[in-house]
Amino acid sequence: MPAGTLYRGREGMWSWVAHRVTGVLIFFFLFVHVLDTALVRVSPEAYDEVVATYKTPIVALLEYGLVAAILFHALNGLRVIAVDFWSKGPRYQKQMLWTVVGIWVVLMAGSLYPVLGHAARELFGS
Amino acid sequence: MSADTTSTAIGPVEGGAHYDVDNPAPYIEAPRKRTGKTPRATRGNFEMAAWLFMRLSGVVLVVLVLGHLLIQLFLDGGVSKIGFAFVAGRWASPFWQVWDLLMLWLAMLHGANGLRTVINDYAERANTRLWLKGLLYTATVFTILLGTLVIFTFDPNIR
Repeated sequence: MPAGTLYRGREGMWSWVAHRVTGVLIFFFLFVHVLDTALVRVSPEAYDEVVATYKTPIVALLEYGLVAAILFHALNGLRVIAVDFWSKGPRYQKQMLWTVVGIWVVLMAGSLYPVLGHAARELFGS
Repeated sequence: MSADTTSTAIGPVEGGAHYDVDNPAPYIEAPRKRTGKTPRATRGNFEMAAWLFMRLSGVVLVVLVLGHLLIQLFLDGGVSKIGFAFVAGRWASPFWQVWDLLMLWLAMLHGANGLRTVINDYAERANTRLWLKGLLYTATVFTILLGTLVIFTFDPNIR
């Protein structure tokens, strides 16, 4: 690739990249999630056994990552809709992205205890 | 390049014809114009419908998925409370059955269309695209049917 021609589209491009990456990750989780839920048709024991892995500290961390991906994809998706349908959307796309990031940070901080609390109690006692 | 070429801004095109009434320039068709020779596949509105579906389903999914996350991972002890009994309690209500069924269909179709776009963007060979999309559609249809079957045939007294 010739030097100096790599496109770096700033906020617009990077939010597009993040939207793709989070979308693909969420979709792959969705396949797994429908399959594990389908075990309720096998037996209560089979279902509870698989759900038990969802309650381990390491998977709890993955769940926090899932919440992170879904929250970003949801908030940025609303921004994309605003860019497409709101007449002033394209003009304010950067401001809207930083609003999305701000709300995301606040919600992720608020999710720490509800999502990871049980894992912390298991790891550090009490 | 010699300096005297700058005296005239645009020189005559090498070997170029001079068009006039008796010698008209060839007609050049507008790019991407729909003609009788355009393949059928590019004449429909599928891509526009898919684009609109992503936005409409996206808005609905924000409500359905964030509500689902709130119930499953945040309220009443988060993930710790989930088990067969919890699922049985929720699917006893038609409201949550419809919620989950709608979420399954919209999320699967939204995700499948997203991945279809990703495949079209990055798989450069036509054969690769064909196989990846074949795999994607097969997995999507299977997962939607399986999930739908599970919701409709759920039996709380299976044991």
